[in-house]
Amino acid sequence: MATVPSPEVLRAPLVVEFPFTRSLGPVQSAFLTGLRERVVLGVRCGDGRTLVPPVEYDPVTAEEIRDLVEVAPTGTVTTWAWNHEPRRGQPLETPFAWVLVKLDGADTALLHALDAPGPDAVTTGMRVRIRWAAERSGAITDIACFETYEGEAGGVQSAPHDGVFGDPVTGIVAPARLDYTYSPGRAQSDYLGALADRKVVGERCPSCHKVYVPPRGACPTCGVATTEAVEVGPRGTVTTYCIVNIKAKNLDIEVPYVYAHIALDGADLALHARIAGIPYDQVRMGLRVEPVWSDGGRFPDHYRPTGEPDADYDTYKELV
Amino acid sequence: MPSVMRPGRDIAIVAFGQTDHRRSSDELSEVEMLMPVLHQVLDATGLKTSDIGFTCSGSSDYLAGRAFSFTMALDGVGAWPPISESHVEMDGAWALYEAWTKLLTGEADTALVYAYGKSSPGSVRDVLTRQLDPYYVAPLWPDSVALAALQAQALIDAGDTDEPALAGVASRSRRDASANSHAQLRGSVPQGEYVVRPLRTGDCPPVSDGAAAVILAAGDRARELCERPAWIRGIDHRIEAHSLGVRDLTDSPSSRLAAERAGAFERPVDTAELHAPFTAQEVVLRKALKLGDDVTVNPSGGALAANPVMAAGLIRLGEAAARIHRGASDRALAHATSGPCLQQNLVAVLEGDAR
Repeated sequence: MATVPSPEVLRAPLVVEFPFTRSLGPVQSAFLTGLRERVVLGVRCGDGRTLVPPVEYDPVTAEEIRDLVEVAPTGTVTTWAWNHEPRRGQPLETPFAWVLVKLDGADTALLHALDAPGPDAVTTGMRVRIRWAAERSGAITDIACFETYEGEAGGVQSAPHDGVFGDPVTGIVAPARLDYTYSPGRAQSDYLGALADRKVVGERCPSCHKVYVPPRGACPTCGVATTEAVEVGPRGTVTTYCIVNIKAKNLDIEVPYVYAHIALDGADLALHARIAGIPYDQVRMGLRVEPVWSDGGRFPDHYRPTGEPDADYDTYKELV
Repeated sequence: MPSVMRPGRDIAIVAFGQTDHRRSSDELSEVEMLMPVLHQVLDATGLKTSDIGFTCSGSSDYLAGRAFSFTMALDGVGAWPPISESHVEMDGAWALYEAWTKLLTGEADTALVYAYGKSSPGSVRDVLTRQLDPYYVAPLWPDSVALAALQAQALIDAGDTDEPALAGVASRSRRDASANSHAQLRGSVPQGEYVVRPLRTGDCPPVSDGAAAVILAAGDRARELCERPAWIRGIDHRIEAHSLGVRDLTDSPSSRLAAERAGAFERPVDTAELHAPFTAQEVVLRKALKLGDDVTVNPSGGALAANPVMAAGLIRLGEAAARIHRGASDRALAHATSGPCLQQNLVAVLEGDAR
């Protein structure tokens, strides 16, 4: 049996990036619009506590809460952690303290960054105030960070606020980016490695003997590892197809074109590819096809008819 | 006082398997990493995939950076012809909870539960920021170590612990892991420099790739499959407010409530497998779960010795069960957590038959 050789593991950078667009409820909208206007709002719970940052439902009773109050931009650190190596996206690029701050007039604490010269300058209980961002858009980052503040606590009462501002913020865009190094594992590395030599190599299940292509290292019927490499194709049979009439963005293939499932000779699973070299309305089940590689292509650009007679339905009906 | 839920059917963990946990396993796809573990639990029980009544898994797309990544892993369980299957985008401990519920209904007598996580492709500290409140917290990108450090400082301020005590938790965990061939960090590990103060390298879990699987069975089926089944006497999970500033980070009321509802306080346990990825979290959990010094805590080394994200909680249930299987424990508490600073907690009480 042709045991698969130990692979050269493939690796490639993979970036997942998305601008998450989120709508705001009435309380979040008032809070974030308030930050834009340098006003910090909290919300009053049924038990009389003031939550900052505010939420729309009481965390204890789940009652809807809407009574907004204004609290002070000054407060007290309730706990902290010194971050000597800021990471991408964090509020400050220089070493800073993460802090939970109970603003004067609030009963709960807000998470943010504290600009301080070093960990020796930070203590639980220290007094801090908001440093506003120069440009504010209605986001938690309108608070640039906290900074030390000499004023005493006490005497600050939260005051009712109608939460009404001109041009309220109703949504936020929160960009997110995560970086990965993707590795496809042994079976798919082998498949891609063979493809670089213009060979299509599947793997046979030791239990049911079916040949899977592309292989993923496991037989989905038997739940066992597939280990025996089997070269399949290059010719195959169209098992089913569809006609694509809508042009995809950034795709220079003229519509209509045909996308098909193709059972390569020797494979027990059909893979999918584009069919060309034949008018779209003449593609049919049973059509015999072969791959066409473009210069430097890492996989077949498309499949074209071989000119052989069509395959008998019984030869591929299990693969439809 | 809330009453303890009595399961309507005897259900046990009858087999447990796990991979060796490693910093990187990039020569293996997720299903390639998972499959040997699935075979391990099937072989232990003599079951075939087609014998399993229900299959449930836990994993996260954010670790793989790919949508519906769990569907690829299904190749490893023989999902054709069609099987009864479900998935939770959480630690596999919650998949076990779902499977236990399924068995309670009587619709299945056996269940395969598995979980896996490959943290190596990305930066798990950054990946975990994506589970935070997206309006007020996630835009600041506070990483998982930073949030755990805030909790640790709160505990130090409260006088519940100090840095030497935390280092003691770290060294005990890795020393205990010496007896666990699957663990990633074993023996003496330097406490290291601050990562985010007050937490040092030694206070933080390793970044791990790994997988685990268990088989559950009901009633007589469990006795057929396992000499000494680990009966699930109770299991419960609870959650706290998502806003960190609303919570008392020095306590874990959700763990305590889950433990109470699972019956953990009715009689003493001899073993506790706690899912505490950071040293300070063990301090919180010991207090919340009222664990005395006579309880053996994390003899496996716990998540400080191996932390395959999404599998580390299921492994706590598996390790506790395995101790009962081999007679090292008669009544064990197993705990799993999810979310920042122990936001969500699951507690199970496992017992072996009297000897």
